[in-house]
Amino acid sequence: MEAKKKKLVLYVAGQTPKSLAAISNLERICEEHLPGRYEIEVIDLRQNPKLAREHDIVAIPTLVRELPVPLRKIIGDLSDEQKVLVNLRLQDE
Amino acid sequence: MVAVGISKSPTGIAGFDDLTHGGLPTGRPSLVCGSAGCGKTLFASTFLIQGAREHGENGVFVTFEERPVDIVSNVASLGFGLDELIAEDRIAIEHIAVDPAELAEIGDYDLEGLFLRLELAIDSIGAKRVVLDTIESLFSAFSNPAILRAEIRRLFDWLKDKGMTTVITAERGDGTLTRQGLEEYVSDCVILLDHRVHNQISTRRMRIVKYRGTAHGTNEYPFLIDADGFSVLPVSSLGLDHKVSEERVRSGVPDLDAMVSGGGFHRGSSILISGVAGSGKSSLAASFADAACARGERALYFSFEESAAQAVRNMRSIGLDLQRWIDGDLLRHIAARPTFYSLEMHLAIMLREVTKFDPSLVVLDPISAFLESGDRLEVQAMLLRMVDFLKARGITAVFTHLAHSHEGTAATDAGLSSLMDAWILMLNREVNGEFNRELYLLKARGMAHSNQVREFVMSDRGISLLPPYLGENGALTGSARRGEEAKARRAEAARRLEVARDRAAAEDRRRAATAQIAELQAQLAATERELGLINEAEVDYRRQADSDAAAMEASRKA
Repeated sequence: MEAKKKKLVLYVAGQTPKSLAAISNLERICEEHLPGRYEIEVIDLRQNPKLAREHDIVAIPTLVRELPVPLRKIIGDLSDEQKVLVNLRLQDE
Repeated sequence: MVAVGISKSPTGIAGFDDLTHGGLPTGRPSLVCGSAGCGKTLFASTFLIQGAREHGENGVFVTFEERPVDIVSNVASLGFGLDELIAEDRIAIEHIAVDPAELAEIGDYDLEGLFLRLELAIDSIGAKRVVLDTIESLFSAFSNPAILRAEIRRLFDWLKDKGMTTVITAERGDGTLTRQGLEEYVSDCVILLDHRVHNQISTRRMRIVKYRGTAHGTNEYPFLIDADGFSVLPVSSLGLDHKVSEERVRSGVPDLDAMVSGGGFHRGSSILISGVAGSGKSSLAASFADAACARGERALYFSFEESAAQAVRNMRSIGLDLQRWIDGDLLRHIAARPTFYSLEMHLAIMLREVTKFDPSLVVLDPISAFLESGDRLEVQAMLLRMVDFLKARGITAVFTHLAHSHEGTAATDAGLSSLMDAWILMLNREVNGEFNRELYLLKARGMAHSNQVREFVMSDRGISLLPPYLGENGALTGSARRGEEAKARRAEAARRLEVARDRAAAEDRRRAATAQIAELQAQLAATERELGLINEAEVDYRRQADSDAAAMEASRKA
């Protein structure tokens, strides 16, 4: 199970409504579909703008699935649950 | 806006800053649009690099397309030393790469990440200038144009608030300035670059579409991209307010100088040498250049037919050593086929070379080469600009022009004539089975000049002009002249012989007469002597007779 753990990184910029919506949407989806098999890291680029360059982030919020590879990016407030699941392919694994 | 005008940031692009009276609006975004490959990125990078190098304004180059290494190597080919500027933290390159393939959009988002990265880059080097090249690429990466537009507008406003002098490049759209209508968001300055191909010759042109708060020319200006980078040539902004000179310059042909009063042509005048093929135009033009160099002045020779080496070799045959002037950096010979560039580009290059070399004499040999490649009016317009430009700088200009026939010369070149101060017509006429070169000074503004057709003779001692032989059937040249001169010489000899003979006969007669006179005088003297003797005898006789009578009388008295 450890190997199958998803590593998700959510990049936000400050406490904007879009960022807050993305955080709560992501947590809800993961809790429903991947209980115990996920790890979420939220990075506030306003605190650490260098990371935006490092990870090539343009749009906010951006969700990056770092594991398993390949890396996938989703932008937006993640308001459509089905789309999020499809794009992260969270179900088939 | 302040009445004195807006403040401007020089771009360092040759010509552009003159054209806009200072450069781009400081602290505001300017849009540079044009089709692919028209030089937008180069314009933007020149603006940034010159800002950092010459004006102490650091800059951030945000590229949405090329990899930073590509930019560095592209610009490095121009020798700007971008590497060093980056190493010295005077320029930062921010590469924004968005791959649509690895992106999914779910819900609402903004481009705050771009803002944060830009802000970081700006703050890290204290930038004053920003280039966004080409922000429209975002439209292919993100699928929600409404968000993008709002974000781009916000970005421009944000840059303005931060006081960044910004250049935004954009692709030209169909019927619009930019594909995504970015011109709506940039209200201060819009520049259009264009790259047109006409008759298989491409020309780059620039136009200032909009520049708020600044008087600007609405014309299209040609610009160049070459080893010296990006340069705009405001060739149309010339007038007729040039200074005039009374000084005369010698042509290198003393006989030609003697044909005008004052012993030469005015400095800063434009001289047209027109003639048929092989009439000696280039040789005469080279002579002008040689004379200028001999005075220690610089001459610039634009040849559209001959290479420098060829010209040097050919001129050596008439005793002109041009190589020594080229070696001494007094003469520069620039050869280019007319079809190398468009007319504007030729003009632009010539103007730039003139500006760089700063000569006192410029030769264009021949201008007729352009007439074959371009439209007559355009060529004339180009020459007009060239003439004005050279005049404004007090540079003497020599143009050669290949005429196709003698008869048509005056009519077809009427347009050229009005541009020229002096017009030297070179003829090559066939008489009695041979061609002879002739030269005629058709016009010379402000100078009394000879109305004579001279025979133009080139030898290894240079060019000389001979007054033609005026025979009974008009002026004669070449062997006809030599024949007529020989005939005259023979006639003269015969006449002289006759005179000598007559003179001898007269001398003889005079001597005979003198002899006669001497003889008669001798006779006269003898006769006079005789007469004297007779008179004397008579006197003696009388005295004897008287004394005898007296003696007789005395004896009778006694």
